[in-house]
Amino acid sequence: MGDKLKQLLDEIDHRTGIVSGLHHFLNEDIPASSGWHQIFGSVALFLFMVQFFTGMMLGFNYAPTPGDAYSSVRYIMTEVTGGRLIRGLHHWGASMIIVIVVIHMLQVFIWGAYKKPREATWIVGVVLLLLTLAYGLTGYLLPWDNRAYWGTVVTTQIGATVPMMGPYVSRILASAGAIGVQTFARFYTMHVQLLPPLTMILIFFHVFLVRRHGVAPAPGDELKPKKKFFPEQVFKDTVAVFVAFAILFTMAVMAKVPLERMADPTDTAYIPRPEWYFLFLFQTLKAFEGPLEVVGTVVLPTLAIVALILTPFIDRGKLVAVRQRTLAIGIVVLAGIGWGGLTGAAVKSTPPQTVASSIDFAGPTQWMESAPNELAGIGYYRREKCGACHNIEAGTTAKSGPNLVNTARRHDADWLLTHLKNPAAASPGSSMAPANLTDAEMKDVQAFLLKLTPDNAEVVDTAPDFAVQGAILYQKNSCGACHAVNGVGGKIGPALNGMSQRRNEAWVIEHFVNPKKVSPTTPMPPYNFKQPDMQNMVNYLFTLAARAPGQ
Amino acid sequence: MSEQNPAPQQANEDYSPSRRAFHLAVINIFGALIGLALAVPTGIYLLTAPRKRGGTKWIDAGDVGQINPGTPVELSFQESRLDGWRLVTEKKTAWVVKNTDSSIVAFGPQCTHLGCAYHVENGQFVCPCHTSIFSLDGKVTAGPAPRPLDRYETKIENNRLQIGDLKQQA
Repeated sequence: MGDKLKQLLDEIDHRTGIVSGLHHFLNEDIPASSGWHQIFGSVALFLFMVQFFTGMMLGFNYAPTPGDAYSSVRYIMTEVTGGRLIRGLHHWGASMIIVIVVIHMLQVFIWGAYKKPREATWIVGVVLLLLTLAYGLTGYLLPWDNRAYWGTVVTTQIGATVPMMGPYVSRILASAGAIGVQTFARFYTMHVQLLPPLTMILIFFHVFLVRRHGVAPAPGDELKPKKKFFPEQVFKDTVAVFVAFAILFTMAVMAKVPLERMADPTDTAYIPRPEWYFLFLFQTLKAFEGPLEVVGTVVLPTLAIVALILTPFIDRGKLVAVRQRTLAIGIVVLAGIGWGGLTGAAVKSTPPQTVASSIDFAGPTQWMESAPNELAGIGYYRREKCGACHNIEAGTTAKSGPNLVNTARRHDADWLLTHLKNPAAASPGSSMAPANLTDAEMKDVQAFLLKLTPDNAEVVDTAPDFAVQGAILYQKNSCGACHAVNGVGGKIGPALNGMSQRRNEAWVIEHFVNPKKVSPTTPMPPYNFKQPDMQNMVNYLFTLAARAPGQ
Repeated sequence: MSEQNPAPQQANEDYSPSRRAFHLAVINIFGALIGLALAVPTGIYLLTAPRKRGGTKWIDAGDVGQINPGTPVELSFQESRLDGWRLVTEKKTAWVVKNTDSSIVAFGPQCTHLGCAYHVENGQFVCPCHTSIFSLDGKVTAGPAPRPLDRYETKIENNRLQIGDLKQQA
């Protein structure tokens, strides 16, 4: 078997040179000082491959036009088996690449490995860092949720402030005026068609240059015997890659991958924030106002890039031991403190997102389509712990009471009310206790049970508490006599779907407390809800879809 | 990479063969684990059917009370189905034949040979592509069609035909 395999490999090598080429590649001589500090390049390369791969996999189920993009990402997250994991790998992999690429650069910087003759390797590396950031910037828009949309609004506006070039930047990004289908197409094409081949070519060139000049030695290494890249250093690289992948995989499984509501250009309540690795730039901008703004948006970033590129030409001294590179270490520490401070300040100054904009749209959202009386009914169902004796989903283990799915097929509305009030009267022999609910509350439970089908049963578990409490309050105050929610209710007052697009939270609260003050002609009486009722009510109203379902 | 057999380490005496074997084992095992952790979810992602959302199985295709026995009628109906993340509504047709005992058969409108739409000619179904011919009970009477016409599952409610899934006939 071993001989046969060797013979086969020899035959293949004779014709292609692949095997001996790989041997040649792996048998590189590396300096005796090589070791754990040089693992980061391999980890970065591995993460790029993971991004290429998971990006392609996402592409199999992704439609690159606004609207459809959002629906298809939601489809990947909620319906495609394993889709959540694949997107998780891609999402967190993007962040991880930034971390690893920066650590890789810091290592090279601290060790002074960019010195002659390795200037070109360093410069290509700087360009690769910029490409990595460009991936982050362009990929951010592709899920087309509110976060993506508003983040990109800010980014493109920054691009537009570049002196002289601004209008052309806007033209290229098709972002003058508004972010739309064209902007989307440009970002998508950059992300999946322009950047990947460019990155591949530059990574190839980068590795080629590393091979050409050899791995940078420590001073004094020249006299020591060389080591081989394989398997000693490959072992270290593999361990590092494995640890990185284990962290990435864990994050993809455990950590939430954000998907907010679909991009809504009219959402005035949304507070855009860039991805964490751009927060320091975002914070820098705040220091420059008016005509000075361009310092923060263009001048400083450009200076930083130029300084990075020129590093090997500024620092031209001989190789020295890491311990003696105090200036380099000092610069890294200062940069780290500056970056951390700016990022921390940006995080600290970020107001908490409203409940409405923090709902996970990659999770179940069917509860948003329920009528208020059904949601209130779910609240009473939970309060009365009906689930202790009844199942609501098919296929679950039997409980003492019957499964309630498709109740409407078996019983009518009157029967249900009788049953809730006096179970034994409707179902002789029933051991169920009478529900401890008022007549109005029972009507809500009745409404919910009559609408309960296998398709919407999950709502009982997934409706968030604030929405259920808001709906209970809504029912108790008979808001539905004048207002409609999700197509159910009166027509005297305005329908409440889409209110989040017309009003802000402060206005709505004011309107509850003193309707005539903000809307002089309204017939609505004042409602001075206490906390947390008021907040639940407002949050509930703000999570309603812009349009009632089916309209 | 275990097939690698590079030249022995030059002048690096502390790199013992057992250390080297350990390194090779770790490289292979970790490499395989990463490969598996990517390949298995990808396989599941690409090969398993997405979670099914509910839909109604039976579609109303119209009144069949007035159909004459033995005369095929083409009925069209609207079917809503999930196309990935989209709910699409498509117009579909069925060739409906009422038998003498008033039972109803609804045939899929495509020839079982290569999927061309067939039509009715002289009391039989004729495919224009390669002249397959089917009798009114769907059996192949001539041509290259490999099996009888596909049939929809059907049921009658209040004289209205309800159409279900399309099933192949043996």
